[in-house]
Amino acid sequence: MKINENWLREWVDTPLSVTEIGERLTLAGLEVEEISPAGPQLPGVVVAHIVAVAPHPDADRLQVCRVFDGSAEHDVVCGASNAQVGLRTAYACPGAVLPEAGEIKLSEIRGVTSRGMLCSAAELGLGEDAAGIMALPEEAIAGTTLVEHLLLDDVVFDIGLTPNRGDCFSAIGIARDLAVLSDLQMKEPQVTPISASNDNQLAISLSDPEGCPRYAGRVVNGINNHAVTPLWMQERLRRCGVRSIHPVVDVTNYVMLELGQPMHAFDLQQLNKSIEVRGAHENEELVLLDGQSVTLESGTLVIADTSSAVALAGVMGGEASAVTSATTDVFLESAYFDPIRLAGVARRYRLHTDASLRFERGVDPTMQVRALERATALLQQICGGSAGPAVLVEQEEFVPLRPAVAFRPASVNRLLGTSISDQRIHEVLCLLGMNVDEREANWHVTPPAFRFDISIEPDLIEEVARIVGYDSIPVILPRADARPATTVPDNDAEHRMRNALVERGYFEAITYSFVALEQARQFHPDALVTPLANPISSDMAVMRPSLWPGLIKAACHNLNRQQEDVRLFEIGLAFADLDGTFSQHKHIAGLRSGAAVAAHWDAPTRESDFFDLKHDVEQLLSGCGHDCAAIVAAQHPALQPGQTAAIVVNEETIGYLGALHPAVAQQYDIVKPLFLFELNLEVSGTISAPQFRPISRFPAVRRDLNIVVGADVSADECLEVVRGSAGEHLRDLQLFDVYRGQGIDSDKKSLTLGLIFQDVSSTLTDDEVEAVVARVLRSLHELVGGLLRE
Amino acid sequence: MNDADNIAAEAQRAVADADSLASLDDIRVRYLGKKGRLTELLKTLGKLPASERPAAGQAVNLAKATLSTALDERREGLERQRLEQVLRDEHIDVTLPSRGQRAGSAHPVSLVLSRIESIFRHAGFEVAQGPEIEDEAHNFEALNIPAHHPARAMHDTFYLEDGRLLRTHTSPVQIRVMEQRKPPLRIIAPGRVYRCDYDQTHSPMFHQVEGLLLDDGVTMADLKGTLDHFLTCFFERDDLQIRYRPSYFPFTEPSMEVDIKLKSAHGYSDWLEVMGCGMVHPNVLANVDIDSESCSGFAFGLGVERLAMLRYGISDLRLFYENDIAFLRQFRI
Repeated sequence: MKINENWLREWVDTPLSVTEIGERLTLAGLEVEEISPAGPQLPGVVVAHIVAVAPHPDADRLQVCRVFDGSAEHDVVCGASNAQVGLRTAYACPGAVLPEAGEIKLSEIRGVTSRGMLCSAAELGLGEDAAGIMALPEEAIAGTTLVEHLLLDDVVFDIGLTPNRGDCFSAIGIARDLAVLSDLQMKEPQVTPISASNDNQLAISLSDPEGCPRYAGRVVNGINNHAVTPLWMQERLRRCGVRSIHPVVDVTNYVMLELGQPMHAFDLQQLNKSIEVRGAHENEELVLLDGQSVTLESGTLVIADTSSAVALAGVMGGEASAVTSATTDVFLESAYFDPIRLAGVARRYRLHTDASLRFERGVDPTMQVRALERATALLQQICGGSAGPAVLVEQEEFVPLRPAVAFRPASVNRLLGTSISDQRIHEVLCLLGMNVDEREANWHVTPPAFRFDISIEPDLIEEVARIVGYDSIPVILPRADARPATTVPDNDAEHRMRNALVERGYFEAITYSFVALEQARQFHPDALVTPLANPISSDMAVMRPSLWPGLIKAACHNLNRQQEDVRLFEIGLAFADLDGTFSQHKHIAGLRSGAAVAAHWDAPTRESDFFDLKHDVEQLLSGCGHDCAAIVAAQHPALQPGQTAAIVVNEETIGYLGALHPAVAQQYDIVKPLFLFELNLEVSGTISAPQFRPISRFPAVRRDLNIVVGADVSADECLEVVRGSAGEHLRDLQLFDVYRGQGIDSDKKSLTLGLIFQDVSSTLTDDEVEAVVARVLRSLHELVGGLLRE
Repeated sequence: MNDADNIAAEAQRAVADADSLASLDDIRVRYLGKKGRLTELLKTLGKLPASERPAAGQAVNLAKATLSTALDERREGLERQRLEQVLRDEHIDVTLPSRGQRAGSAHPVSLVLSRIESIFRHAGFEVAQGPEIEDEAHNFEALNIPAHHPARAMHDTFYLEDGRLLRTHTSPVQIRVMEQRKPPLRIIAPGRVYRCDYDQTHSPMFHQVEGLLLDDGVTMADLKGTLDHFLTCFFERDDLQIRYRPSYFPFTEPSMEVDIKLKSAHGYSDWLEVMGCGMVHPNVLANVDIDSESCSGFAFGLGVERLAMLRYGISDLRLFYENDIAFLRQFRI
């Protein structure tokens, strides 16, 4: 809502400065987002009148105007067709500065010297009208600066209104609060009823009284359709951000800005006999003022005449019945529409107008007749005409009431932590127009009709607080009666994992939770993905079943920006409908590509491979209590066969790791190998304090075994056999060499294992160790066909 | 000049010429060993007349002692030389780059979230989590935002085809917590939220932290105290200016917006909006069967990206989701 300073001061004689007004309003809940000058400064532009006009000797379209600026006469060349003798206009003398044109200089136009320039509203930055030079009223005194004449020494407050303060979408609403904040009475303009000078009227019927319980209307005949909106009204409209269109429309807009009551004017001759406020018929068509045609849903509130709908009630009028430059008879409408009904309409038809905005937030249900009278008076002032009677039709039982609110003044201090006296509370409520019925500790407070936002005690407490000022509420640290949780918060594992990856050179990414449908399918074909009904784009159409698509996109972003080494991870929810069960689980996923170790002057570098990634994953798993997770060969549609593994905990697969499938990599134009992992964080491992085991004080014995097994036997299988057969004294087991090639059959490989034995209570003898080794070799032979290499 | 002196002189020369510890050892064996020349000379003393023996013995012993000292000194010298050589050989340019894995970094939004969580944990708040795909009941209705409410239109909600929605704020977590547990409660709920709005200054996904404190006798003064404490800790400065002004949220009444002014070398900034908050609306409490007469509380919500932008001086919201390593690596704390 935009409102200019002069208008407010006309109603509230506040001693506050502009900055102070801005601050007080903001601190009372009417946030002043911007204070801007009401218009350009226009040095050197004055009121002048044209005393003579002569044709330009050398140009058909130009005239030479002799203007009087209060002290002297000057010749000015002008091309405007409305430059006539007697016109008061804006004269920019040499040296004047205009917003667009800059400094005006003495100039010669086709042989005639022009001392300055006569200006249009557009040239002065005061509107869009560039058709002719400004026509100032006859009272304008030559020589007065234009700034003075138009009261341009004014500012505009741009106020961001919260949804509860619909009552402040008007000068009267904001002035009312400003008066309370200045401890002053508002000087409300008196509206004198205009008595009817004829008996012309339209029959009005309310067929949908819940949607429209009150409707005031009036016929005005014989208006002057050559009249123009007076400059003062144009200026107020402009300063409040409303375009001047047509005197009749301007009057309705002006009344809306002044009193908060949206109005509509119909061309009476285009209306068929009567007015009915009713629900639309299914598929009823209506062409609106802005030219667009809407097909109405049944029940949408419309204004109709005897034959058809003529306006979308409270939102926008129809094109056919709109006032035009030919209109001489009008029908003025000033109605109350139900906020809830209107809110739905504006959203459904995507029509958010100044009127719908106000009706949605709630218009004063007692304002209709007053607004109608005010509009009639203004209309007659500008266009004359003969008014019929103001007609009010209402169904009172549907007009909203403001029931009294039970209010205990003691609750104010109980909720705010303040010590405001009952007397002050009473005073504030009264200033705000509330009716206070004091009954000892239990008051009954009736809010004024225009306050739609006050129905319970805390609403009134807020009113007291915002007028007294939130800065008067003390600052206290609350007593800690709430017991903090005794369990370890479940996101501790998350912190540990984040730190583990960061230490391993990973950067944390945050990618959008929605991805393209094809990506979702590619990375998680089993999950029925969850599509959005209103996605921003097809790239963001479904909720991600995996964090990989987002991370790959981020990796590409970096790879395309000369970032050779990329390690990224993300922690966030993944969404899936699997076997009819919907889930949103927290996942951790990462990827790496590029050098395994940072380039160094003293060491060769090497590209990352599967085993680098596997180590990262193992570190993560031990960090979140999955020390005994198994990493087993597996298949995944987005990963390269033969370089894919599943992460298995208690026979449940909680994630995957592996190389991005070359075919998928190609789609993303990724040329370097890229390795990925992802696991579900919510399959929780147990993180408990480790239990101490005694340390052996006896020496360890090491035996290295070089075993030859079939090439298809996995390392894990061999290691499991060793662990299973070596007995309790095996303290550590390492696999430190894998060899295929010369000296070994092509379908075999050799593994070199280091077995370290130790006992807690004695030194192991050679015989004991040899016995164990023999047992291990026997098992290797029996279970995986392993033989000691010759 | 007797034999002892001759041998001693010869040995001294050998010591002086020795250039390694090994040759020193040889000299020691050759002269002072079991069959060394001075040892042998000592054995011949018995053949001398008794009167000469003491003097000759003394001379040999003196020669042995002198040689031994010379050997020790020379050994020390050689050892010092060898050490110096080692130090020379092992001299390195310590300014050469180090070796090892350089750390990555957490996302600035994560860093700021951790910071917020830790400040509130110290104030006795626990961290609660909730789903991101929500239902209308938790996201709107329970929070006193019925279907026709103007605030609902302002939320630009993403809906799923089945009628569920992406939570538009973290406030539904307070409903979920209050459904499960009764006051006293102190929780914060950090997480992702979604709004159907995408331009230079709006992201369709961003992060919020919701807070809730419920107890008997909680006042707006407690709310101001809690947030003053948080903001002062978060921005690490006592010269922070904080302003509370009335605002409107359907789930709190009275409601406030919190603005701050940050001080820089050029003076104070304009007021910057950082949080919304208020006293929990009685309808919200009633929706989870909590009696607003016996219990009151406050709730607050803040935008994490906003605080991250202020903390790190980031001016473009979109940088947070591009995940450019050149951007990410700048933030460590």
